[in-house]
Amino acid sequence: MSDARPADSLPTYNIKVVKQFAVMTIVWGIVGMLVGVVLAAEMIWPDLNRGIPWLHFGRLRPLHTNAVIFAFGGCALFSSAYYIVQKTCQATLFMPRLAAFTFWGWQLVIVAAAITLPMGLTSTKEYAELEWPIDILITVVWLSYAVVFFGTIVKRQTSHIYVANWFFGAFILAVAMLHVVNSAAIPVSLFKSYSVYAGTIDAMVQWWYGHNAVGFFLTAGFLGMMYYFVPKQAGRPVYSYRLSIVHFWALVAIYIWAGPHHLHYSALPDWAQSLGMVMSLILLAPSWGGMINGIMTLSGAWDKLRTDPTLRFLVVSLSFYGMSTFEGPMMAIKTVNALSHNTDWTIGHVHSGALGWVAMISIGSMYHLIPVLFEKPKMYSIKLINSHFWLATMGTVLYIASMWVNGIAQGLMWRAFNTDGTLTYTFAESIEASMPGYYVRLLGGGMFFLGMLIMAFNVWKTCRGPGISAPLNGQAVSAT
Amino acid sequence: MSTFWSLWIGIITLVTIIGVSWVLVSNRRVSVKEKLKDDEVPTTGHVYDGIEEYDNPLPGWWFNMFVISVVFAIVYLVLYPGMGNFPGVLGWTSHGQWQAQEKKAEDRFDVVYSTFAGLSIEELAVNPEAFKIGRRLFGNNCAVCHGSDGRGSYGFPNLTDDDWLYGGSPEAIQHSISHGRKGMMPAWSGVIGEDGVNQVSEYLFKLGARDHDASLAEDGAKVFATFCAACHGADGSGNQALGAPNLRDDIWLYGRSPLLIKTTIRSGRQGLMPSQNQQLQASKIRLLSAYVYSQAHQ
Repeated sequence: MSDARPADSLPTYNIKVVKQFAVMTIVWGIVGMLVGVVLAAEMIWPDLNRGIPWLHFGRLRPLHTNAVIFAFGGCALFSSAYYIVQKTCQATLFMPRLAAFTFWGWQLVIVAAAITLPMGLTSTKEYAELEWPIDILITVVWLSYAVVFFGTIVKRQTSHIYVANWFFGAFILAVAMLHVVNSAAIPVSLFKSYSVYAGTIDAMVQWWYGHNAVGFFLTAGFLGMMYYFVPKQAGRPVYSYRLSIVHFWALVAIYIWAGPHHLHYSALPDWAQSLGMVMSLILLAPSWGGMINGIMTLSGAWDKLRTDPTLRFLVVSLSFYGMSTFEGPMMAIKTVNALSHNTDWTIGHVHSGALGWVAMISIGSMYHLIPVLFEKPKMYSIKLINSHFWLATMGTVLYIASMWVNGIAQGLMWRAFNTDGTLTYTFAESIEASMPGYYVRLLGGGMFFLGMLIMAFNVWKTCRGPGISAPLNGQAVSAT
Repeated sequence: MSTFWSLWIGIITLVTIIGVSWVLVSNRRVSVKEKLKDDEVPTTGHVYDGIEEYDNPLPGWWFNMFVISVVFAIVYLVLYPGMGNFPGVLGWTSHGQWQAQEKKAEDRFDVVYSTFAGLSIEELAVNPEAFKIGRRLFGNNCAVCHGSDGRGSYGFPNLTDDDWLYGGSPEAIQHSISHGRKGMMPAWSGVIGEDGVNQVSEYLFKLGARDHDASLAEDGAKVFATFCAACHGADGSGNQALGAPNLRDDIWLYGRSPLLIKTTIRSGRQGLMPSQNQQLQASKIRLLSAYVYSQAHQ
């Protein structure tokens, strides 16, 4: 029942849109991370913005989150989903002009975000700050993405749908639902709207969205990427088909419940807090299913880690994924959350996912994909990939370790009491105690950013280097 | 919550947990039955762009971890609220937990505060132990507006000088902290016009012995007598019963520059000292009052 077909019967794949998104992944990665580094510096030197409101922390922070999640992460997901769905379905993209529209539409969303957020135009919903006209554009682009993706699945030449596509499909559907429900608002002017929800319900809808932006955008989508590029780069079969079935269904069924753990000890009713906590704990096993399937795919090919820094990126990203999906359920336990909530621990947790998992799996995938897309034999310099790998890994470790120290210190200082019941420390004293961590975080983030610049140079040189004789499309399709 | 929504929550919770458990258990297989040569596990037979899939069983430790987390969830939802209106067999509520902790803290700290119960505020103000606690209470509760040194800032009164909006007696200070204060300077531009604003402000400079335009100040005195004297007094020395500030001492809550003084007259000011008696027990407010009193009477 092999789906392998002779090379000359394969369709001509639509590579242009994949290439465009791949290049913009790197561009927006650099932009988003640069803003992150500026923010890390502003935490140390608060007047770094020199009184310029557009550079104020409160305005740059949503720009940073939107740029790294939706511009960098989003372009990586568009690029890899469009590539993987074509290759694993042996079908060219459905409605290629609509696919081209998703590229330009998505870039327009990003540019609009980069203009409006520093201007202070915001709906104030975390990770959904963009105002309603941009939200409508996002919806249109996203539905187009769904049409192109699922249309390609429908016209596939293979009998089954590969596991990577399950994850991409779930990610596309869930994000469409989350975005439309959470962003529902009543406009009062072109750049101002009010959420249709009020009070605690608004908070719950927001974190139902917010946590599933993590669960579906930053987890399910990137697991789709993982399920293609890890076996491809390792040259090994996926470890367990059964495991992929179980963890896929468990992941998509449970993630959607986890949002209330962002609202522990709040006005949210007790029952909702409890459900958010227990579902977050059940989520540990489904999350780790993906890590196991990725890492165990390497069994029999461990030696490749010594020579292949691209594979190292992919495997280390899975390690960080496993670590942060252990940390997440732990932080969702109410008694742990009582210490960690509102501290830098949360920032560290997010970045162990964002830098360690999302960015590193994307970077590894791009190092695999760029030479294939641009029809080059390999990346310009393997040594530079290796340098990038070590900068990224050490940068991530410095970042999250400093935030653990800061977060736990802040949590303990805030709950320290004198014998007369007064607080031992003022808030400002906890900030003072956090300063060393802020320096280490800036260093870690700076290293990660430097790695992205090295990547950009490496990609530039690769694209300008000599090509291969067996291009991706055409009679002599390479085995890549 | 209505019965419908309670059932809705309970049912979708159970369906999700049972459904996921069913997917887990139904895909359970302990080992691969027929291994190929070289201990190779069979694949599913599908190939996607060169990628195959092994048919390995679920790792045993992972399966067990999954089961344990599901069992924990079910036990937790029996013990604690979660399934709609079902309160859990322990009867726990977050509100109850908060009250219990507050009671515990009160029992513990009341012992400390009870030792000061027999002392007056003047006596507490010179008691070193009471001073230390008062300073910490001030740092926790007051410093955010009045500054850690109590010297205030724009819009927040300096508590270390002898100028009091509502009086500096122990009783007045205690009242200000317990019940709060609302300062209200009305906006006068609609009544006295921009000319009137200029005239009154020149008059105020005269009262404060600052440079001023004598003829404007003369007109200002008339405007002052008509509109301002009712609260600020005929001589401008203020009225603590109303919280109307003394205008002769050159202490200005909202700035002493001509521009800011004119803005105050033109547009009015709203001051708010929040009442603390909901947040702080009376025994703490007494120590806090004593601390503030001591700072002004050093």
